[in-house]
Amino acid sequence: MGGLVKLLTLVGTLASLLAAGPAPALAKTEIQFWIGIAGQLAESVETQAKEFNQSQADYEVKVVRKGTYSEALTAAIAAYRQKNPPHIVQVFEVGTQTMLLSGAVYPVFELMQEHGIRIDWDDFIKPVVGYYSKDGKLYSMPYNSSTPILFYNKDAFRKAGLDPEKPPKTWKDLEAAARKLLAAGAAKCGFSTSWPSWIQVENMHATHDQPFATKNNGFGGIEGVELLINREFGEKHIGQLAAWQKDNVFSYGGRTGTSEPKFINGDCAMQFASSALIGGFTRAVKFDWGTAELPHWGPPYRKATSIIGGATLWVLKGRQAAEYRGVARFLEFLAKPEQQMWWHVNTGYLAISNTALRNLEQGYHFVRNPKQYTAFAQLTGLPPTPPAALKGKGAAPKPERVVTPNSQGLRLGNFVQIRDVIESEMENIFAGKKTARQGLDDAVARSNALLKEFAATYKR
Amino acid sequence: MKRTVFADRWLPYLLVLPQVAVTLVFFFWPAAKSLYLALFKSPPFGGRDIFVGLDNFRELLSSAEYYDSVVNSFVFAGGVTLLSVFGGLAVAALANERIRGLALYRTAVLWPYGIAPAVAGIIFLFIFHPAYGVLPYALSFVTAYEFNWLLKGWVAMALVISATAWTHLGYNIAFYLAGLQAIPRSVLEAAAVDGAGSIRAFTAIVFPLVSPVTFYLIVVNMVFAFFGSFGVIHAVTRGGPGNATEIMVYKLWSDGFIGLNLGSSAAQSVILMAVVIGLTMLQFRFAEKRVTY
Repeated sequence: MGGLVKLLTLVGTLASLLAAGPAPALAKTEIQFWIGIAGQLAESVETQAKEFNQSQADYEVKVVRKGTYSEALTAAIAAYRQKNPPHIVQVFEVGTQTMLLSGAVYPVFELMQEHGIRIDWDDFIKPVVGYYSKDGKLYSMPYNSSTPILFYNKDAFRKAGLDPEKPPKTWKDLEAAARKLLAAGAAKCGFSTSWPSWIQVENMHATHDQPFATKNNGFGGIEGVELLINREFGEKHIGQLAAWQKDNVFSYGGRTGTSEPKFINGDCAMQFASSALIGGFTRAVKFDWGTAELPHWGPPYRKATSIIGGATLWVLKGRQAAEYRGVARFLEFLAKPEQQMWWHVNTGYLAISNTALRNLEQGYHFVRNPKQYTAFAQLTGLPPTPPAALKGKGAAPKPERVVTPNSQGLRLGNFVQIRDVIESEMENIFAGKKTARQGLDDAVARSNALLKEFAATYKR
Repeated sequence: MKRTVFADRWLPYLLVLPQVAVTLVFFFWPAAKSLYLALFKSPPFGGRDIFVGLDNFRELLSSAEYYDSVVNSFVFAGGVTLLSVFGGLAVAALANERIRGLALYRTAVLWPYGIAPAVAGIIFLFIFHPAYGVLPYALSFVTAYEFNWLLKGWVAMALVISATAWTHLGYNIAFYLAGLQAIPRSVLEAAAVDGAGSIRAFTAIVFPLVSPVTFYLIVVNMVFAFFGSFGVIHAVTRGGPGNATEIMVYKLWSDGFIGLNLGSSAAQSVILMAVVIGLTMLQFRFAEKRVTY
């Protein structure tokens, strides 16, 4: 008992001890930047900070690794309650509603305005800016964004007599391909999926223009929001996955990214995962592989754009006014097209300003790295082939996917727990303990209770 | 017992002060704060706490998932306690025999206790994970049985129970070894002269004589399984599949630290404390009567 408070206190004390260390002798103002990513991705963040620090003499951005996204957020909350918050904290997309309602945030648009820094937010691609804006104003700085795509094993495709340059475009094609792969002994399982809720529920609803929740997917307020994933489409898709689980067309491999080794070691021939994995797969995967957009169920559903995942940078209130100038300048630095391009090329996360995209395009980056283009095409609705590759072959590309309110993202309270609930019920369905209908009904009932709880916590 | 008499009136208070202060600051103050928090709904960043009385408790007690987590806790704690206490006794009995390389052997059986639960969890993952574990891979050559605890709840539960019991085995072995060595050799020799075999000697003499150790270990292991077993579950199953391995302490952590629902999390910690205090009292009231000191 009391473990919770004890831990909170401990985290807070440690955080304040760290933050309250002696100021550097050469009066460079320190900017605390807490991140929730690790490994090579965190090194990329540190490289950017280092470059910023060397580019000017007034501010020193200090990147602090805080573990996972959840841990970084919890630590920032504890520090904020101790009145010693970091200036910037990286928060994952599902924490957006919590941050917006926290009252602890210094909105990015306001920060930039008050420090006379102009950034052309219209230059940033819509699905990203939209996810983090309220009333058309940007609240947090888009940083690492990705969207789910399909990875497939070209060697296995060849072995099964499938065309390695023609990945499946529909779920029917995908099933047929999986069965051929299994029959030819080219794989032990057809496909697996990372982040089951994000990819198979949230993004499947978005790309089929189906609502995920009432009140415009939660963008219309917190009172009375309810999930809609137990309708005809949700039941059809999840029910189909459960049926495929029985004959290895689909093989469930756990939550988050725990199923990815199944693709890397060649067991499963296809894998749904974040586009940010391209970099990691390039290093880890030994066979020839490719990327494709998420498959579609076809009519009557419209083909719509997908939604993003990843994290943004939130500026917290509660520091000295003068320090925020440095924060604003750092964010301005990150928004520069060359930083965007560097970030994209080094991490595999999306470059999110049109200028950066245009530059990459003109440098034939996407022609040389077509895998990197899949996510952009799917997010913006453009055809999957980079325009530069089509040069001189006719008219400008026409959109293949529509942008609809259902594909603009989700804004739900207690979203982290809702994902857990959805994924635990998906496990019950895949294990055959519940039918798709029962499982999704239970997921909706449990999630609605969480949404109600959230609304009660924030009611005025 | 001998009573110590202090000449100075204040000295005894001064001497117990550090202990009392530590207990107050690290146990009573957080406990009181949890009780207080349990009565509110508070947004994670603070600001406005809304007093809701016993609503947090009411919501928990009307939620099927919460009862599942209570049942899981008892299954888990029971499994861990049985396995690690009696497993510990078995290994200790063997380590008490005169065998070659005894010193090395005795040291080796204590090692698991030196491994942090989270690390133990990772080790078990590398052995048992369906996607990259060694054991499922080896099994796939000899049997079609799919060792998939990512979907089979009871397999997952068995796995986290074994992993947790294993981490705590060394502790129990150390206590039992000490207990076994305190048994006078003459008693065992007398039994042997009377014609008792080694099994009879164990059930009639050894087991009753180590019963105080057994009782102590059952209480300690039970409390450990309820509170301290977070690391293994977090590293291996994260409460899944479904909610099959979500025990009370894991749910309260994930609701508090992942879900940022402080009120409910505090209420859960109050209930958990009540359950564990209740269990410990029951054990002292009933089980202790069977213990021979």
